[in-house]
Amino acid sequence: MKVLAPAFGIATLIAAGGALQAAIATDVISRYVMPPPSQVIAALGRIVTEEHVPVRFLLTSGEMAAAGLLILAVGVPVGWWLHHSATLRRAFEPWVAAWAAAPLVLAYPLFLVLFGRSSLTIIVLGSVAGIAPVILKTVEGLAATRQVLIDVGRSLLLTRGQLFRKVQFPAALPSIFTGLRLGLTFSLINIVGVEFLINLGGLGQLINELAERYDLAGTYAAICFVVLASMLFFAVMEHVEQWLQRSR
Amino acid sequence: MRGRAALSVEHVTKRFGSADTGITAVEDMSFHVAPGEFVSVIGPSGCGKSTLFHIIGGLTGDYQGRVTVEDEIITGPHPAIGMVFQEESTFPWRSVIDNVAFPLELRGMPRAERLEHARHYVALVGLTGFERRHPAELSGGMRQRVSIARTLAAQPKILLMDEPFASLDEQTRLLLGTKVLQIQQQLHQTTLLITHSLTEAVQLSDRIVVMTFRPGRLRRIVPVHLPRPRTDEVLTSPEFGATVAELWSDLREEANRGLADAEQAG
Repeated sequence: MKVLAPAFGIATLIAAGGALQAAIATDVISRYVMPPPSQVIAALGRIVTEEHVPVRFLLTSGEMAAAGLLILAVGVPVGWWLHHSATLRRAFEPWVAAWAAAPLVLAYPLFLVLFGRSSLTIIVLGSVAGIAPVILKTVEGLAATRQVLIDVGRSLLLTRGQLFRKVQFPAALPSIFTGLRLGLTFSLINIVGVEFLINLGGLGQLINELAERYDLAGTYAAICFVVLASMLFFAVMEHVEQWLQRSR
Repeated sequence: MRGRAALSVEHVTKRFGSADTGITAVEDMSFHVAPGEFVSVIGPSGCGKSTLFHIIGGLTGDYQGRVTVEDEIITGPHPAIGMVFQEESTFPWRSVIDNVAFPLELRGMPRAERLEHARHYVALVGLTGFERRHPAELSGGMRQRVSIARTLAAQPKILLMDEPFASLDEQTRLLLGTKVLQIQQQLHQTTLLITHSLTEAVQLSDRIVVMTFRPGRLRRIVPVHLPRPRTDEVLTSPEFGATVAELWSDLREEANRGLADAEQAG
């Protein structure tokens, strides 16, 4: 069963690719709109070697990592702060929830003015786009900490800081991680989107450049590479989460 | 009383809500626990037993009267009191050994040393071989034993327990009762047990504090004359049955009041 489910997923993807190939070969779908999957697969190798994909991948990954650290460094303390003040929570929680739903990528010109045409703009926009789920899930996780665990901590004379580090934070960690995964998804979309829009940086810029050159197969190959990279990234995240669960 | 009291509860009254519409949970409760003594507090559901547990443990403030540990007035959680809670209270992210070692970790004890200490308490509650397991892999009774071991590892002068076996089945309750009895006799641990179980109270205690239904007042203190050291054979002795019957004659009226009150509210 463990092998069967992923095998079924891959088989479905191959079948969809085959159907697409047939649809393009028989002109049901125009090859000027979508290149045949066989050409896209062939272009993957070409863009990796000719378009410096490893370097671009590292750049986008670096921006993601920086944005992720910023999201954690700001989101968890803000979540803790909102958790500890009912007034602040009532005042700001709806705004944070609205923030999560806002299409912040459209505000990129403002960030360009503030931070210039640099990686800093991309990192800040990525962080801003991904911070809301971490705040909301931190509040949710801290609120869901069972009172009896807090009472155990209090009975052992834990200070407020110790109570947070030793009891509340580990208890809220699964919820915080859910927020982080959501936040990083938003962050990745925005980072690649802004790289595309301002034609700067890693994988987003590559898609832009290939599209400008009317390299259709290359463009689709680059998009596929971004999808594969994000799948790899979230698989790594899953392992990190499992490791943290064991060692918290 | 054997010399100076380890724990004194003096004229404790606790009200919830305003003076006119509020509820008096506990009213003018007074009793003492001597060093090494096992005292149970028993009363019908809703008599304020758990409120008393939280007051003595320093987790609930704003009450009248005073609670002292060796003449020191309690104003919050006190290092001399170790609490075992009614609800499941192990840390699910920690293994058995790390749960038990938690109080020692807070004291800054080096890891090797604290694990050595923790192993002793794990063995004391009969969980040797389960050190690396996590609470999710254990039964309810085993998890409660982890909580007891964790509290004992802090080496409190007074062990304060709030219906620690309430959520367990009868057989596990009896077995754990015997285990607690063994530990208490081995460590000469001063213990205050909050319970609603007559048999548990008689099996374990030197004295039993009987509370009235709401507001929880002291009805009387029943001494238990069963010999020590006790084993679970005590459960079948005629003296045990007589003490349970005596206790029930006291509690029946209060339990009926509680039942009538619940039916009226329902």
